[in-house]
Amino acid sequence: MIEVKGLVKTFGAIRAVDGVTFSVKRGDILGFLGPNGAGKSTTMKLITGFLRPDAGTATVDGIDVTADPVAVKRKLGYLPESAPAYPEMTVEEFLGFIAEVRGFRAADAKRVQVDRAITLTHLAPVRKQTIETLSKGFKQRVGFAQALLHDPPALVLDEPTDGLDPNQKIEVRSLIKGMAATKTIILSTHILEEVEAICTRVIIISRGKVVVNETPAALRARQPNARLDEIFRSLTASDV
Amino acid sequence: MKQISPIFKREFLGYFRAPVAYVFLVSFLVISVSLGFSRYGGFFKAGVASLESYFVFFPWLFMFLVPAVGMRLWSEEKRSGTVELLFTLPVTTLEAVLGKFLAGWAFLALAVLLSFPMAATIAYLGSPDWGVVITTYLGAILMAGAYLGVCSLTSALTKNQVISFVLSLAACAVLLFLGFSSFTDTLEHVLPLPVADAFANFSFITHFDAFTKGIVDPKDVLFFLSLTGFTLFLNVVALER
Repeated sequence: MIEVKGLVKTFGAIRAVDGVTFSVKRGDILGFLGPNGAGKSTTMKLITGFLRPDAGTATVDGIDVTADPVAVKRKLGYLPESAPAYPEMTVEEFLGFIAEVRGFRAADAKRVQVDRAITLTHLAPVRKQTIETLSKGFKQRVGFAQALLHDPPALVLDEPTDGLDPNQKIEVRSLIKGMAATKTIILSTHILEEVEAICTRVIIISRGKVVVNETPAALRARQPNARLDEIFRSLTASDV
Repeated sequence: MKQISPIFKREFLGYFRAPVAYVFLVSFLVISVSLGFSRYGGFFKAGVASLESYFVFFPWLFMFLVPAVGMRLWSEEKRSGTVELLFTLPVTTLEAVLGKFLAGWAFLALAVLLSFPMAATIAYLGSPDWGVVITTYLGAILMAGAYLGVCSLTSALTKNQVISFVLSLAACAVLLFLGFSSFTDTLEHVLPLPVADAFANFSFITHFDAFTKGIVDPKDVLFFLSLTGFTLFLNVVALER
């Protein structure tokens, strides 16, 4: 579903993404791990067509993102890091705008999509509130609702559980897990247990390069007695 | 091009969701009307039922007020990160630029049209030449579009709204002063006359003047529209780079 081959992106003298290659099938939840600044977000921005790669290709459902970015954007739901949204709009207005851009122009179709997204992400109590007045957890859920709105075949989530309290984290995780059967999901995270809890595969990125691409169980098996964060540390130590 | 309308709608209503719209509309009308009535405008002293003394200040007023409308167009999206959201939705850069620009332009057109009580005043006081009034409004709206094109471009260059405002103001000032008499005189001394004339031709004042006299010259219309088109093209380039 999502195929990434030899992606390269440089900013000035810094090579943020350096030949990243992987592919994700339908039904997979791919966990993207790595220290801050390792190139996780940049890779996601390249897949979603926000940035253009200097070399390499990213394809979604066979469509090359540099060749036809709009077609790829139609297929993807994307939650950018820290879930940006227009602060002066209410949750309903914002999701309504997303619905219109996503092609649900008729009032009925728009309402159905907005209601579905609000129900899925439990936003009903704040639907009439402006986004700037929401707590971080609710804002994150608005970003999530926006990504899910058009029921996309593939989701790219940049730190979906960032800033949520433990209850909300568990809820978002179960939501992601629930959708996994019919979708392709890539998510980035700092939380190692999250990878074990929901991901079917894990990629560790360090200095723009893929250093690990295997199942969480295989990652665990590398050092059977160590904690996951110790394994993570030994793999990405060069990044510090 | 279908995607322009939701972006236009969000941006236009966005002005009214924040106090921006009300502050802007009220200040614009208060300042423009007081200038018209002031001794510099001489609205009453002229003794003519015309809006010339009102609209003569518009190129100057726009120099400050259009950057205030335009500075947020892209800078705010960049600062708050929503630009990432916008450009990962299925829209092209051109659609986004046009949607946002048209929303800002419609807002400025609304501000200009809200000066209708001035038109009603001259209708009450005398019998104005409605043709001239209409061409003046047309000229003001076209000029607002050209100013906004410049501001939208400068706004796309930075995520800092203050820098965006200052850059817009500087660019608009240049385009204004090129046609200001004392400035063109200086230019004529320094440069050969045809070159100085060519520079003066890029001024807003030169092209707006004809409209206030009731003349709709295709070359003035073309000037404003092509300047708008050119700056929007650069705007797309600036965002895609």
